[in-house]
Amino acid sequence: MSTGKGNPILRASNITKTFGNNTILHGVSVELAKGEIKILIGSSGGGKSTLLQCINCLVVPDSGEIEVDGMVIDITKKKDLYRLRQQVGMIFQDFNLFDHLTAIDNITIALRKVKKISREQATQRARQELEQVGLGDKQHLYPAQLSGGQKQRVAIARALAMDPKILLLDEPTSALDPTLVGEVISVIKRLAAKGMTMIMATHQMSLISTLADEILFMENGRIVEQGTPSVLLAKGNKSRTRGFCDSLNDLVGEEG
Amino acid sequence: MPEPISVVIEAFPYLLQGTFLTAGIVGAAMALGLILGVFMAVGLVYGNKVVRFLITLYLWLFRGVPVVVLLFLFYFGLFNYFNINVSAFTAVTIVLGLTTGAYQANIFRGAMLSLPRGQFKAASGLGMTDLQAIKSIILPQILRISIPAWSNEYSIILKDSALAFVIGAPEIMARTQFVASRTYQHLSLYITAGIIYFVLTWAGVMALRKLEKHVRIPGYSANGNQ
Ligand SMILES: Nc1ncnc2c1ncn2[C@@H]1O[C@H](COP(=O)(O)OP(=O)(O)O)[C@@H](O)[C@H]1O
Ligand SMILES: [Mg+2]
Repeated sequence: MSTGKGNPILRASNITKTFGNNTILHGVSVELAKGEIKILIGSSGGGKSTLLQCINCLVVPDSGEIEVDGMVIDITKKKDLYRLRQQVGMIFQDFNLFDHLTAIDNITIALRKVKKISREQATQRARQELEQVGLGDKQHLYPAQLSGGQKQRVAIARALAMDPKILLLDEPTSALDPTLVGEVISVIKRLAAKGMTMIMATHQMSLISTLADEILFMENGRIVEQGTPSVLLAKGNKSRTRGFCDSLNDLVGEEG
Repeated sequence: MPEPISVVIEAFPYLLQGTFLTAGIVGAAMALGLILGVFMAVGLVYGNKVVRFLITLYLWLFRGVPVVVLLFLFYFGLFNYFNINVSAFTAVTIVLGLTTGAYQANIFRGAMLSLPRGQFKAASGLGMTDLQAIKSIILPQILRISIPAWSNEYSIILKDSALAFVIGAPEIMARTQFVASRTYQHLSLYITAGIIYFVLTWAGVMALRKLEKHVRIPGYSANGNQ
């Protein structure tokens, strides 16, 4: 149980989720220490997105326990879900910026409505966050006027402005043109360097090999393999993870 | 001056008063319909089974019964039965408001379903309550999308408002008929009434088109992205 880094900041245990008669998660457990980065991999349909959304109850699990920073969440209570989501930021594959709001208002809206911060203070904070992701000059543009990479950086700034204790990232670079992947990767790496606690689903080898404290390999709603990259990806290791990552590298090779 | 024209000129101030009444009926009915429509659409998309069932029942009722029948039912039936004293104007406004509310609910519901689910998810993900997400994220977007359909609904309700004459509300149609029955200048008077309705339709539709342009989200074309 112990991660060796003190009390976990996130503990999700035995999460199950069934849609209709299709069980997507069969009692999955994840623990995360402060500053730790875990990376979810596995082929499409394995349940990565569902697991991430269950962790902040955007999809409410059928059963299981969630504890964030010592706070046990009662998933039957709306109030608890709202509190949980304020602690846990979420980055989506397709950005999900609010289309009717400018980049800066995408950030201020939750600061004002959820954190009840004044408009001036919210604007100031939002501007700082946009500058952090290199978009200080784009604050007044609408999502439809931004490139995919810029949209994802606004989405990251929006999540960070809420001061989350944990960030969940669901394939943050998968919807991007190859030429725009780099700018998002470098923002994520900078976050990691600052000690942000994260769980990220990604198939980006450069993120997996450099950031992962632990890799979780998911298949059919279960974590079937987990370990550090240095062990799982070691030469000669017959792990599923290694095989999967090799196939990713082959893909990159073919494309390039 | 030929009589058909002099009658129209003489009756014009009288018809104009009716025009104000018509505008009042339509304006108030559309506003009532907007409020009802928004609440019912939210109920249809985010409500529980019971709420959805009750709203669906309401929609079937008000879309399935002719407006004239509803007018008689409310004015001579319900209001009378419960001893509620309302003017013909109020009765028409309420009936048209309840009716357009049903149609507007469907317009807004369709718009909500056309929004990507991620919009609501992103709002929830930031810690917004369902109500905050609906108010700050969903409604501002669906109201924009709905303007063309709403404008269509306006032109329908404007024309339905002419039915008010059957219960004696002194709007355009009732006043035209009153003058025509006394002067026998049916042709010129009903042409005039037709023109007044046309101008009201045109002005309303143009104003809404302007509003649509004014609130359009930069970077978006009428049919979505880019
Ligand atoms: N809302 C939903 N309703 C029904 N099935 C769903 C829903 N969301 C996801 N699923 C199913 O759950 C499975 C896992 O999906 P997902 O969590 O998106 O996997 P991954 O992110 O690993 O590709 C898929 O088979 C998908 O069809
Ligand atoms: Mg996924």
